[in-house]
Amino acid sequence: MDRDLTDDLQARVREAHAARSPLCIVAGGTRGFYGRRVEGVELAVGGHRGIIEYQPSELVVTVRAGTPLAELEEALREQHQMLAFEPPHHGEDSTIGGTIACGLSGPRRAAAGAARDFVLGVTVINGLGQRCRFGGQVMKNVAGYDAARLMVGAQGTLGLLLDVSLKVLPMPKAEETLKLALGATEMPARVLRWVRQGLPITASCHLEGTLCLRLGSTPSAVRAARARIAREHTCEQTCGEVTADFWRQIRDQRHPFFRASGNLWRLSHLPTTPFYSGDPEAALLEWNGALRWVHAEEDMYAEAERHGGHAQRHPLHAREGADGDIFPALAPGLARIQRRLREAFDPHGILNPGRLCVRDAAAQA
Amino acid sequence: MNRQALLKRLFGVLSEDQLLHRVEDLKPYECDALSAYHCLPLAVAIPDEEAQVKAILALCYAEGVPVVARGAGTGLSGGSLPHEDGILLSLARFNRILSVDPESMTAVVQPGVRNLAISEAVQEHGLYYAPDPSSQIACSIGGNVAENAGGVHCLKYGLTVHNIVKLKVLTIEGEELTIGCDALDSPGYDLLALLTGSEGMLAIITEVTVRLLPIPALAKVALASFDDIAVAGEAVSRIIARGVIPAGLELMDNAALCAADDFVQAGYPRDAEAILLCEVDGSLEEVEDQLVLVLEILREAGATDIRVARDEAERAQFWAGRKAAFPAVGRLSPDYYCMDGTIPRHRIAGVLRYIRDLSKEYGLAVVNVFHAGDGNLHPLILYDANNPGELERTEELGGRILDYCVAVGGAITGEHGVGIEKINQMCHQFGSDEITQFHRIKAAFDEKGLLNPGKNIPTLQRCAEFGAMHVHHGQLSHPELERF
Repeated sequence: MDRDLTDDLQARVREAHAARSPLCIVAGGTRGFYGRRVEGVELAVGGHRGIIEYQPSELVVTVRAGTPLAELEEALREQHQMLAFEPPHHGEDSTIGGTIACGLSGPRRAAAGAARDFVLGVTVINGLGQRCRFGGQVMKNVAGYDAARLMVGAQGTLGLLLDVSLKVLPMPKAEETLKLALGATEMPARVLRWVRQGLPITASCHLEGTLCLRLGSTPSAVRAARARIAREHTCEQTCGEVTADFWRQIRDQRHPFFRASGNLWRLSHLPTTPFYSGDPEAALLEWNGALRWVHAEEDMYAEAERHGGHAQRHPLHAREGADGDIFPALAPGLARIQRRLREAFDPHGILNPGRLCVRDAAAQA
Repeated sequence: MNRQALLKRLFGVLSEDQLLHRVEDLKPYECDALSAYHCLPLAVAIPDEEAQVKAILALCYAEGVPVVARGAGTGLSGGSLPHEDGILLSLARFNRILSVDPESMTAVVQPGVRNLAISEAVQEHGLYYAPDPSSQIACSIGGNVAENAGGVHCLKYGLTVHNIVKLKVLTIEGEELTIGCDALDSPGYDLLALLTGSEGMLAIITEVTVRLLPIPALAKVALASFDDIAVAGEAVSRIIARGVIPAGLELMDNAALCAADDFVQAGYPRDAEAILLCEVDGSLEEVEDQLVLVLEILREAGATDIRVARDEAERAQFWAGRKAAFPAVGRLSPDYYCMDGTIPRHRIAGVLRYIRDLSKEYGLAVVNVFHAGDGNLHPLILYDANNPGELERTEELGGRILDYCVAVGGAITGEHGVGIEKINQMCHQFGSDEITQFHRIKAAFDEKGLLNPGKNIPTLQRCAEFGAMHVHHGQLSHPELERF
């Protein structure tokens, strides 16, 4: 199953560079929705797969981009380790490359950090067809600019990901979920207070008047945390496969909530931001309130920005890519820097042109 | 524009006490903490308003004058070494904490605020700022961001890049940009990561929003003695392999621990070949559970003696020795040179042996103190700058240690930065395509190359002269080593 397609992929990018012919990068094909549709010749990287190096005592795994996320996570689980940013799977074929390229993090993000926080190094092919290795396989490395983390969320527009070195963490020895009846508007302050008190909260999700709180640590620490919360709030303790599946449904946006309409928005801001998007109880809250999912017919970009955050469309149904931008427009100064950086890595704009925003595509024309 | 004309223009923006230009006033700014390199700048600007910084940058941009930013000047790689034809821009007077949000656990600070001052200011809320470089009493947060500073607690709590959420910066053209945001993610490219550790080459930082953490309820430290430094190195890997992420995991060799003990009476076992300090923190229950496991692993790993600090006073005493290790070693020798390589943890024993052999070969003592948990070595090479040629031999020895770090899969700098010091070693770490890509990144922000010129990224010509360009994609300078 493991295959190294570096030479083929590099040859394809070089040809495309010479011909100035746009490429549409596809690995597992499950994240098409997460950006604009790309017009270009398909470049399939799913075959470039396999774990290159994994030493559990180093807490580092180096893996080819086309490796299925599920396969990587299984290898880590055998050593009682995990990707602590708990990336979503948007289908069985989701790959680690797609995860990093999209910069996706799941329920554990507020507690453990985001995908970019766990990237130690990458190998990419830039738009000139050159193979470059940035970062490394060690925890600390400040040699040169941090071009490795820059790739996270760039969706291939700065370079085709070949492999990535990630910091992994031990799985908590004990984990359980508490269910509490609580109003949506009370959720952020309540959870943040427990976080400040040092309770080992690894995920939080509020939906339909119920807060689900996942605790993870050593067994006695989880017991103590449960006892502490139970002293101030009636709660139901749940664990086992049903609970694990609940968190996977939230992580992967498979829960029925996300499919209730075709107008799903993802709002990201300070957890303490007042609610501004309709009925708070109709939203799904994660990340201690810093992430809010809502269904809304109207455009949420301006409203989110006015509240110091940002909105993003999340058209889960758009398998081939969205028709328009899903991300908010950047401030002019940032857009200019972003365009120059794009040109610095991919002067002819052949890698996933237009994927991130319309202006990007316009700049190529 | 000549020097006089430039000074005149700068005096239009800055007051008498904000612009230094006489040699005697420039002298204190001729170097940072890497004193082996020094250079007088054209002038030192010490503004205290952002509008002044903007005006200085706009002027320098228009006139093509280099600008080197400086925080507290505690950097160890010459990152804020002045440029002889440039302005040294000190941000030391931007030293206010602008706001603290205890509920969201963030603070907005100016770049000149000292690292430790942040933790002191938020302590009343039960919070602290996690990255703790050993110079934390003096170093500034702006410099921490520029160097992506680390510290003792990185393995568990991350580097600067993991602990900041937003930056305000000025480009060389004087344009203000907000990088990152208060939310847990931001649209667009991750410029926050790119700017962190960019050594003042891309933009000037004017404001930093840091993430704060709750102060752990409890921290306990174990001091384990070993009669073989390689065995101590092995114990480090065993602890990690068993699923413990210590808050701190530090290794000191005999020379270092004795020097530290002489200096601050840390109560270290002076007959040990090496000691490990292993700290666990968290809730009472977490600490108890982890400590039991750590003690068991240390015993299995062959520790000859293990002591757990009885109380806060003893814990502080154990750490005082580690934190004073550099100045303590400084008493052993007229000069020392602090290295900063990183390696995979399982290579610790081999790399220590290599350093020992080199030390003999060069006739220069090397003392080892390091962040073992994240494989970040700080070999201290002892020398006497008054002996002709000794500094050059020291630098050569240091360079060989760094080359070896790269050869075993590590990096030439873990937390001190490249600056001017490791610019040649960059040619070992990276190939020509990568270095060219770095230059293009720089140009995307600073086309004229005015921000901190000559630092961080070597020119290809320099690499060719240094004779190191051959190290690329598998062609290592140490072919005798197994591949990683």
